[in-house]
Amino acid sequence: MKSFSLGRFALPVYAVIAFVYLLIPIAYTFVFSFNNSLKTNLIWRGFTLDKWANVCQQQGVCEAFGNSILIGVISTVFATTLGTMIAIALVRYRFKFRSAVSLLLFLPMATPEVVLGAGLASQFFSLGAQKGIATIIIAHIMFCLSFVVVTVKARVASLDPALEEAGRDLYGSPSQVFWKITFPLLLPGIMAAALLSFALSFDDFIITNFNSGSAMTFPKYVYTAAARGIPAEANVVGSGVFLLAIAIVISIQVRSAAKAKRLRRS
Amino acid sequence: MATEFVARGADLELVGIRKEFPGFTAIENLDLKIPAGEFFALLGPSGCGKTTTLRLVAGLEQPTAGRILIGGKDVTDMKPHQRPVNTVFQSYALFPHMNVLENVAFGLRQRKIEEPLAKAQDALKLVELEHLALRRPQQLSGGQQQRVALARALVNRPSLLLLDEPLGALDLKLRRQMQIELKAIQMEVGLTFLHVTHDQEEAMDMADTVAVMNKGRIEQMGAPEKLYDRPKTVFVSKFLGQSNLFVGEVTEQNATSLSINVSGSKLTVPKERAERHEGRIALGVRPEKANFHEDEAPASSAGLNIIGPGEIIDIRFTGVSNQYLIDIPNLGQVTVFAQNIGKSPVTELGAKVWVSWKVEHSFGLSDLPIDSVTESIAVL
Repeated sequence: MKSFSLGRFALPVYAVIAFVYLLIPIAYTFVFSFNNSLKTNLIWRGFTLDKWANVCQQQGVCEAFGNSILIGVISTVFATTLGTMIAIALVRYRFKFRSAVSLLLFLPMATPEVVLGAGLASQFFSLGAQKGIATIIIAHIMFCLSFVVVTVKARVASLDPALEEAGRDLYGSPSQVFWKITFPLLLPGIMAAALLSFALSFDDFIITNFNSGSAMTFPKYVYTAAARGIPAEANVVGSGVFLLAIAIVISIQVRSAAKAKRLRRS
Repeated sequence: MATEFVARGADLELVGIRKEFPGFTAIENLDLKIPAGEFFALLGPSGCGKTTTLRLVAGLEQPTAGRILIGGKDVTDMKPHQRPVNTVFQSYALFPHMNVLENVAFGLRQRKIEEPLAKAQDALKLVELEHLALRRPQQLSGGQQQRVALARALVNRPSLLLLDEPLGALDLKLRRQMQIELKAIQMEVGLTFLHVTHDQEEAMDMADTVAVMNKGRIEQMGAPEKLYDRPKTVFVSKFLGQSNLFVGEVTEQNATSLSINVSGSKLTVPKERAERHEGRIALGVRPEKANFHEDEAPASSAGLNIIGPGEIIDIRFTGVSNQYLIDIPNLGQVTVFAQNIGKSPVTELGAKVWVSWKVEHSFGLSDLPIDSVTESIAVL
């Protein structure tokens, strides 16, 4: 008589389970950053703000975090600059081996990180390079570069060459045309590439671990600490980065929504 | 910057220009002189080299050979930003990250000219867009964008303004309106305009001089009325308006005229209106210069070319005129336009008619239509 539909309940239940599954690690990290923990941070021992207030008291957390930021910023600047230049050249100029270059640039993205990391490590070893922050930065620039090229290339390809020609026609020298027309129009793509680069660099453990020597980065610190129980300070840093990322995403969304609204009104 | 900027237009001279791209030659050998202050149109089908010519003048391409002179000064080796030339691009190429006013002021700012915004505002007034100065280009309609592009080029007072099919993206009504405005602005500012288009009506309507381009060469150049009245090649006769062409051997001639024999009909053309005076030639007439006659052939006279009888096989009503397609045995199909003024010949499909036109409306071409060449071989 009446059609009892399993689907009506199954879908919401499934959705809730999926979200719980996705969000549990994040929720755990965030909640346990307020745990009044002792050596290990596995059992809830009561709420405290101490860990947030004195995050740097735990040995090594802040140093590792600082290293990661430094490495992330430097690799991003280099990878984004180089990658943007390569992307423009690949789209705008016809040169020998252009398609080969395009393909080769894709390879680091397709290669397993373990292989890349180990390969680089042996190169540094045979060069006799002292492993540390510098070798990490070199490694990070290498693997970020491909992502930057792919991201910026899409933006360059969608840029009408007539715009640059119009700039030249309106008395702009090549460098003026680049900075007043090409660069501002590519900026959204370049920013996206830079954010992606930074996230990849900040996050990276595998390649870093092969090429860091004794230098500590945040992911490496957490990995090492996991052996003896991760301190709550690591949760604080992790949650902090997470909140910052969310804040950035929300502010960009709000800004573009406001801009769209303004465009629609006028 | 070395370039001087003038309030009036300068003349443009192209000397022996050749442009090769990998795999093909866009322009074979081009000589062209455009006097200062003239509205000059380069007319041709797509791929004829007209846009390449424009890009060479702008400096966006380098010629393989030849020189380009603007106002008597050789600019061949100058970069685009050093030339006293501005372009209105086909896609308008307005900078999407700047508002309309900043777009127009761009060239002035580059040259560090005083009060760029005030001058840009004046230029916008010229194209009647001053009320949209703070909009973004993407918020404007196609016609408005076109006018911003025009203002952005005109504000620099270039010696030479290049227009690359700037009306191509507009609908017919807006296009007519912009044609009138563009012509008015050209008269007002007195600059030299080089307009590239594939629209023959647009070229004839606006330009003082039209050059018809085909396959990288200029086929014919002159005032629009002259080009239309007296085309010299098959291409020009077909590209600029329509033509009825007849091919035949020159059989008789006197001091002022010559006649050809086309399957038994004698067609006459004044000698001064014929490019060649012997051998196989093509003779043409415009469809609106031809009339047709029902019932009986018109009385033959020296001043009249008469062919027929033939049969009306198609009638098209286009508003201002009726277009009749008449099939004449052994001669082929002839198009006749009759103006729609109420007393135009009332006829129906299948009617038997003769076609006539005045001898002085005939024109003789320098080449033969391709199909007639193959036909004659088949006949042989």
